[in-house]
Amino acid sequence: MEVELRALCQARSGDKADRSDISLFAPNPAVYEVLRREVTAERVREHFRGLVAGEVRRYEVPGVLALKFVLDRALGGGGPSSLRIDNLGKAMGSAILRLRVDVPEELLTDAALPPRSPRGRVGLPPVRRA
Amino acid sequence: MRSVRIGGGLGFYGDSIRPALDIAERGDVRYIAFDHLAELTMAILEKDRQRDGAAGYTKDIGPLMRELLPVTHGRGIRLVTNAGGIHPDGARAEVARVARELGIRLRVGVVRGDDIRPRLAELRAAGAELRHMDDGRPLEEVVDRLLFANVYLGSRPIAQALEAGAEVVITGRTTDAAQFAGPIVHEMGWAWDDWDRMAAAVLVGHLLECAGQVTGGNFSGDWWNLPDMDRLGYPVAEVFEDGSAIITKPPGTGGRVSVDTVKEQLLYEVHDPSRYLTPDVIVDMTGVRLEDAGPDRVLVRGVRGLPPPPTLKVLMGYADGFMGVGMMGYAWPDALAKARMADRIVRAQIARFGIQAEEIHTSYLGYDSLHGPLARPVDEEALNEVYLRVAVRTRTREEAQKLGRLFPPLALDGPPFIGGLSGMAPVRELLGLWPALVDRSLIEPFVQVDVEEVG
Repeated sequence: MEVELRALCQARSGDKADRSDISLFAPNPAVYEVLRREVTAERVREHFRGLVAGEVRRYEVPGVLALKFVLDRALGGGGPSSLRIDNLGKAMGSAILRLRVDVPEELLTDAALPPRSPRGRVGLPPVRRA
Repeated sequence: MRSVRIGGGLGFYGDSIRPALDIAERGDVRYIAFDHLAELTMAILEKDRQRDGAAGYTKDIGPLMRELLPVTHGRGIRLVTNAGGIHPDGARAEVARVARELGIRLRVGVVRGDDIRPRLAELRAAGAELRHMDDGRPLEEVVDRLLFANVYLGSRPIAQALEAGAEVVITGRTTDAAQFAGPIVHEMGWAWDDWDRMAAAVLVGHLLECAGQVTGGNFSGDWWNLPDMDRLGYPVAEVFEDGSAIITKPPGTGGRVSVDTVKEQLLYEVHDPSRYLTPDVIVDMTGVRLEDAGPDRVLVRGVRGLPPPPTLKVLMGYADGFMGVGMMGYAWPDALAKARMADRIVRAQIARFGIQAEEIHTSYLGYDSLHGPLARPVDEEALNEVYLRVAVRTRTREEAQKLGRLFPPLALDGPPFIGGLSGMAPVRELLGLWPALVDRSLIEPFVQVDVEEVG
């Protein structure tokens, strides 16, 4: 079923000049494989349309189950010359969590996924009772 | 197994001093390192020096030393920082002044040679083109507007200063991670071409350089469960002979060190994790493993290193115009519609009064200022309030100021139910960044390490 990455992943973002740099972390190997399949550089570029003007490159870091995205012309000219409030792209990491991916339902269990909100299982289907 | 313990005392110019004191008092460390410099910091320091020839270093070095030296001096804890900015000798004079006040005598090392602005003509004559490394533009486009030009130096001169007995080492633009890798390599006696161990030293530096960001700050996991964030502990690493390291923090401090907090920092601002370029080594993080080693303890291992590139990175900053900004808050009902109407008023006035804006940027705080076009459309009835913010990019300070003056009249002349107009926001100078590459052979022979006793 389709869920937002916010229900699955940790993320952090930073900057170098006008590039934004976003890391996306899977909680387990099964979800990592879903991310590798679903969250392609093309999809990320499409997702950030209107906010990011340049190319997107993706790198894989299997040791920590992470994908790294580097987004060109992403910050309105670069931290110290950008007019944006988020001139350093610190919130870009949360923006990627809006992206929707198709995940097999058996991966969406309480045991497999740590909570991603103080309000509980936000963004996930209700827990099935055995 | 031999090891060394080192703390990360601060993550930027303006960060809190207290956590470094926790590390000095309870961290059981031999070294505390401080990364003071960000891209924007160099421009701020250059402006400081234009106003006062004795300035040009981060001004927190005085208060920092006043707090720390009484603790670290007696315990043999050595301090490393790039707080020297564009004037490391000025920073040493400040440390000397504080030391005299405290009645302490100590050896302070200074590293020079990163500031290439005085050498630009000579370097270009020697064949350094200094083209923009991302798009190849020639330096001529901005050379008349340069505010600073600094090469990122590595950890070797820092280690040299420590070898010469410096208790405090002050550099200009050495890399963030070098503040840590220098002491680690010095202490462990590793060879400079032992690439895997060099990578291990740089990786530890990378994990600690943003201080609180590895111990729970900006943590995107279960941030609401982190304990005692009002007294967040800054990180301490214990680095072992085989290049592995434990990341931890002083006892009795807040935050958390876990695999999940450490991995977020591992990849932070690293573009290609298989080739993280530094002056000391190319770091390959793809094989790094993080393991839970007890409460607030994470074992890091598996990093690999390759010989560094023949070039060093230069970062130059140039004056890139001005930003004028204005803000006004609008209350429910129809807060967003009111803010949009005010935006139309401001934009029409920009045109009518002929304000020379090269770019106009509108955002609605409380709705889309952080995610822009990715922000999800909301039920406008549910929005309690929205702030309109309009920013313009101009060539001159005067043009930027004109934008700010359009906002106070909105208090009486625009849509109803306003709040939050707090005078005119100051105009901000914008800074363009110009990264470039330069041959090591043109830089490294000019690096100076100088240690002297002060106090």
